[in-house]
Parts: sequence; C-alpha cells; structure tokens
Amino acid sequence: MNVQDIREMFPILNQEVNGSPLVYLDSAATSQKPYQVIEVLDKYYREYNSNVHRGVHTLGTRATDGYEGAREKVRRFINAKSTEQVIFTRGTTTAINTVAHGYARPNLKEGDEIVISHMEHHSNIIPWQQAAKHTGATLKYLPLQEDGTISMEDARKTITANTKIVSIMQVSNVLGVVNPIKELAQLAHENGAIMVVDGAQSAPHMKIDVQDLDCDFFAFSGHKMCGPTGIGVLYGKKALLENMEPIEFGGEMIDFVDLYDSTWKELPWKFESGTPIIAGAIGLGAAIDFLEEIGLDNILAHEHKLAAYAFEKMSALDGMTIYGPKDPMKRTGLVTFNIDDVHPHDVATVLDAEGIAVRAGHHCAQVLMKWLKASSTARASFYLYNTEEDIDKLVEGLIKTKEYFSDGF
Amino acid sequence: MAFNNLDTLYRQVIMDHYKNPRNKGALDEGSLTINMNNPTCGDRIQLTLKVEDGNVSDAKFDGEGCSISMSSASMMTQAIKGKSLEEAIKLSSIFSDMMLGKEYDEDIDLGDIEALQGVAKFPARIKCATLAWKAMEKGIREDEQ
Repeated sequence: MNVQDIREMFPILNQEVNGSPLVYLDSAATSQKPYQVIEVLDKYYREYNSNVHRGVHTLGTRATDGYEGAREKVRRFINAKSTEQVIFTRGTTTAINTVAHGYARPNLKEGDEIVISHMEHHSNIIPWQQAAKHTGATLKYLPLQEDGTISMEDARKTITANTKIVSIMQVSNVLGVVNPIKELAQLAHENGAIMVVDGAQSAPHMKIDVQDLDCDFFAFSGHKMCGPTGIGVLYGKKALLENMEPIEFGGEMIDFVDLYDSTWKELPWKFESGTPIIAGAIGLGAAIDFLEEIGLDNILAHEHKLAAYAFEKMSALDGMTIYGPKDPMKRTGLVTFNIDDVHPHDVATVLDAEGIAVRAGHHCAQVLMKWLKASSTARASFYLYNTEEDIDKLVEGLIKTKEYFSDGF
Repeated sequence: MAFNNLDTLYRQVIMDHYKNPRNKGALDEGSLTINMNNPTCGDRIQLTLKVEDGNVSDAKFDGEGCSISMSSASMMTQAIKGKSLEEAIKLSSIFSDMMLGKEYDEDIDLGDIEALQGVAKFPARIKCATLAWKAMEKGIREDEQ
C-alpha cells in the first residue's frame, strides 16, 4: 500500500488551509472521498439519473441495476447470505432506529432488559432509551474497565435471562477500542437475546463478516468509509426482518394498495419507503470497490502503525492525557486526548490555524465523557490517506499550542 | 493564517479573564439562576443574578468551557453589574452585533469586552462567546414576566 499514491486519489487533500497544507485528522467524523467515488456520482447524474424499480425505460433500468448492484457489493462486503438482508438507510442512526422501532417496541415488555455500554455513541443510546420508555423495559449499561475496554466477565454479570437486546459498538469513536462482538453475540444468544452492532467505526477500517460475528443486526454509514453522506446500511437476520413491520410507509415499499389496507413488498424493499438515495447507494458501491482494491487488512495495518506512532509521540509530551487502552494494537487509528490547562476547543482552533483539522467536543458520547470525567476532549483520527508526517505536524502543532497558552499571557 | 493572527482571537485581556475570572461562583439561594449549555461542545454556564429595583446589583457565574466562553462570562458579569435591566439587554444586543461583524454604537464604552471583537473572525467560536450573554438575556426576560 503506497500512501502517496492513495493521497493522489483524494483531490480534497491537495489544498492549503489557513496558509498551510491541509492535514486532515477528522476521518472518524467523516472520511474524504476518492475520485473513484466522486466520478460515479457525477456520472450517475450526467448519464442515467432516473427513478428505480418503476417504469420500463432504459435509464430507469440502468439506475435500478446500479442501485441493486450496489446492494450486492454491500452483501459481499459484510458477507451477508443474501441481498434481502441488506437494507439501505440514511445512515447508522436511521438503521439503529429502525431496529429500536421495528423490533424492540413490539417485542419488549416490562421486566425485559436492553443492554448497552458506557462508550456508546448517542445514536446507540437514545433509540434504546426511547424504546425502554415506550415498553417499560429497563436500560442497563455494561461497565468499562479502567482502560476503557469491555470485559466478558462484566458482560456475563450484566447480560441475564431477562435481557432481550444487546447493542454495542464494534469500535469506539472516542477510545478507539475494538469490542469482542463475537463473544458478546454468543453470550446474548445463550440468554435468548439478540445482538445489535453499531458498525459505524468498524466497517471503514476492518473486514466485517456478519455471519462469523453471528450478530442479528449490523448498522453502518457510507460517509465514514469513503462513500457519500446520506447512505447507510442495516443488515439483519432474515427471520427477524421478515417478522418486523416497516416503520415508514408510502411509495416504493408497497405491494398492493387498497382503500383501507395495503400489503408490503418483500425484503429488503419493505423497509425502503420513498425514492431512495440512488446516487448515494451507487457511490457507496464505488467506495466498497475502492477499499477492497486496497484491501481492508492493509488499511487496518496502516492505521495500527499510525496509532502506535501517534501514541508514542504524543505520550512523550508533558501534560498530555490520552484516553483509552495504551496498547496500540487494541485500538484503531484514532487518539483522543487533552492537554493540561488548555480547553480542547482552544487546541482545535490553534491547530486549525496551522491547517490541521481535529475534532473537539463530546463526540456524541456524553455518557462516556461523564465516565472519563472530562467535559470534552480533542480527537485526531487517521485513515488510509494519513501519514507519519501528518502526525509529526500534529505533534508540532500541539507543542505550539502548549507554548501559546503558557507563555506570553 | 499564521500564528500571530491567532492573537486577534486570544488577546492578553481575554487570557487574563480566563486565568483570573472575575465574579466566579454563585450568589445566595433565591437569586435569579440560569443554567445554559452549548450542546455541540459541552460548554456550560450557571449564572446567578441579583435584581433590585430594576438594576442588576450583583452577578456571578460558574461553569466549564474554553477560554473564549469563560472569559466572555467573566467580562459580561463585570459589565452588567450596577446596570439597569434595560442597559444590560442593550449591551447584550451590542455584543451580538459585534459578534456578527455588524456596526455598533461606538460611543458606548465597552471596556474589556472590546477585546472579544476578534472572535467575529472565527465563526466556529462565536457560540462560545455568546453563551454567557444568552444566559443573561434569558434570565432578565424571565424576570420581567
């Protein structure tokens, strides 16, 4: 994997921001897009924009082939058994909400439990809070170890015969840890619960095999894996999806419509009401092609190398707190940190003046922030186009930030 | 943008208010209390005001946040103490204009607050600067009802 060649494929990286070459370290928020993806979006709108699954004209057929072809690419990407199990959504949030509405609300009752963890993103907390309120079920939190990891011993204590749903992120957007999804799914099943996986931060960085994980639902977003915004995926086991009612009704998802009742299309279309994000799905398909050409294993290895390098360089600075496990192999490519006596917002502003983009704030993880006892943190996240030189610039920027806030005032 | 351009954002007087905040703490129970936060970044402020005969006789703040939000809170409490409610609201509207880069009445002596002028050039940080002022306006409007 030649990172310089990869960088050439991302036009956005070739620019100056505030007078310095852009150093983009915010891919965990959204990744940049390669030509390959940008060009298929352009081509779709220039050459065959048309609605899908209706009409008999040629453009309509091309659009449908492109849209359904993307579904097959997703199926292969996550190793689902069939394309019936691949539902296009607006993103991870919509996918998790579909499960919370379509599965949790009709199936849960008082006394049942939903288990999530302290590290979850708001999109994997609030849908369950709402489902618990509606059904009378109890929401329980898996505790975290001191380094932010989940232990199976704790999981065995928290997940009980009353647990009906376990919903955990595969990779944390703040701590970078990779959670033991396969083991958790097995434990959930032993207790008669289903396993839901928030894959927003894992699908861009590692090979996903939903059959091997044996999860019941898996949700992820296109825009964090070189694809467009507005497109995501919900994978589900067929029997579960078949028994779920759609949560949105209207065009596209119906079979026959009568005056007072209607029937739904088969899977996966019964969950895709309205004109879908056609270009977005085709763009996601192109992003998958791109990532597979480079190889997910190569991408993960590159990120491990960058995380180890960043961890080493950043830990060497005085007054630096780094969150999450110390072992770089236990994390994907991101480092969340704070500098003593400098607020992360100020850190991000000073870095931005040097063309370095990092995230500052609570990262949509206020529950985790409470656990970390931090009101907010700064985060540098890496992807296949980042280099050790990017990290050197970050470290230089951090040194300047410290100097700027300690001297001269 | 070079580093010295940052100096328009982080002026010495701002850093002084950040490191040595004025009116930090809380007034007695029974004072007007306003809690406000900035959900996008987690900054939060608790403002307590004592209103007597239509004047802000005392003001204190507590909270967590970046240098801009906390220094702005410090300056705001300093500026409104002793002012009438009407004057406090007017000051807030001048501050808002200043943040939006609009022209404002330059005859009014803004004191330290003028140092925050540079924030207008950093759109992502305007919300930090206005948090305390919004809390103050909310408190006064509620008191008036």
